[in-house]
Amino acid sequence: MTMTIKADKKKSAATPEQGIKVPVYQTKELNLWYGEKHALKNIDLDINENEVTAIIGPSGCGKSTYIKTLNRMVELVPSVKTSGEILYRDRNIFSSDYQVEELRTRVGMVFQKPNPFPKSIYDNIAYGPRIHGIKNKKILDEIVEKSLRGAAIWDEVKDRLNENAYSISGGQQQRICIARALAIEPDVILMDEPTSALDPISTLKVEELVQELKEDYSIIIVTHNMQQAARISDKTAFFLNGEVIEFDETDAIFSNPSDKRTEDYISGRFG
Amino acid sequence: MSVREKFDSELNLAQNQLIELSTMAIEALDKSIDALINHDIDAALKVIEDDAEINVLEEELNDRVILIIAKQSPVATDLRRLIVLIKIASDLERIGDYAVNIAKETIRIGKEELVTPIELIKQMRSLATAMLRQVIEAFIEEDVVKGKEIAELDDQVDELYGEAIRRLMMAGASNPEKLSQITQLAFISRYMERSADHATNIAEQLFYLVRGKHYNLNN
Repeated sequence: MTMTIKADKKKSAATPEQGIKVPVYQTKELNLWYGEKHALKNIDLDINENEVTAIIGPSGCGKSTYIKTLNRMVELVPSVKTSGEILYRDRNIFSSDYQVEELRTRVGMVFQKPNPFPKSIYDNIAYGPRIHGIKNKKILDEIVEKSLRGAAIWDEVKDRLNENAYSISGGQQQRICIARALAIEPDVILMDEPTSALDPISTLKVEELVQELKEDYSIIIVTHNMQQAARISDKTAFFLNGEVIEFDETDAIFSNPSDKRTEDYISGRFG
Repeated sequence: MSVREKFDSELNLAQNQLIELSTMAIEALDKSIDALINHDIDAALKVIEDDAEINVLEEELNDRVILIIAKQSPVATDLRRLIVLIKIASDLERIGDYAVNIAKETIRIGKEELVTPIELIKQMRSLATAMLRQVIEAFIEEDVVKGKEIAELDDQVDELYGEAIRRLMMAGASNPEKLSQITQLAFISRYMERSADHATNIAEQLFYLVRGKHYNLNN
């Protein structure tokens, strides 16, 4: 298996003309139940390539459930059942012949709390590629460096690659986790409140990183921080009680939302 | 109880300051024309002196709004309302400046008998001040229908202004020695006409607040 880091790739001639958006995910009539609880109701959402899509909404509205459905992580919950379709690059991820491992190779995830493995920084990044069969030290070195550079943390850790990942700060750990996600050369990065456990400076670094990453990846970010959604996303979806109340350009959502419930939520009047 | 009680109470304070500012600006305009009609130099001086209070109040309102934006991160209608408050305050402050200009022209004219009846200027004053009072009410009530009706009154003020200038020019032809006074009166007419334009601007801000889009009500 050959492994190249996506950031190296030149944009191909087949890049769509400017202004034409290519959906990476298309969600059609998605319903999801945890046992009796109807957690997602008739979700229709298109997630575009090379865009940052923010998912906002009060606790329990289904936003984390939704992004965990995008990489089928939600299936780890025993009583879950779904109906409808999620097309990833035009293939239904729920179809019986779709290998979940294949999906997760293409879709990386970063969680709320930094969760590095209790290993060295180097081994954290090399973990995924090794699982995919890469043993050549030189190639691994290359992947580790490029991933850490891609996550804007290389300069801070290049001299400490053999130290335990827990020895660095929380903000740095989160960027290590982002680098770990990049190392498997994903197409999409899912982020579930990636800065909620970080200090303001680390938060800004991750936000800037997200802006850079969208050049090469499609990013879906769940956030409780409304201003963060406003700052970094191209599109915003507002979830409430398992439904998408409004999905639009972020500029429209934060300047002139069309639904009163969206306005009430973003202006802090409920939730 | 509103989740954003602090925000809403700060916003109310800013809005109340705007109402106070509008009362002061309209009163200044009214008094400046009274001073002109009555050749009352003292009253004109008082208008000039009182303008400082209008300026201070506008600055206080701006500072309050800037603090709300900095501390409360408002979005959507909340944000538009704050921006609109600043812009309307600026319109009102400018109206206060027109009152000062009228007062200065009044002092220049002094006790000299007026060459033309100032009936037209009085009519413009009545219309412009009524427009301003009503547009502030419409803004508080967020009543765009009323806002549009008020903006439409601007055409009448423009007509009166045109007629006033025409008569002043005629008066100038037959009273060349009064050219200075005629020029002052032409300026005063212009200030009244501009005050009505600012009422229209305020109506446009009301539309922006309610609909989130920019409208041009001047045409």
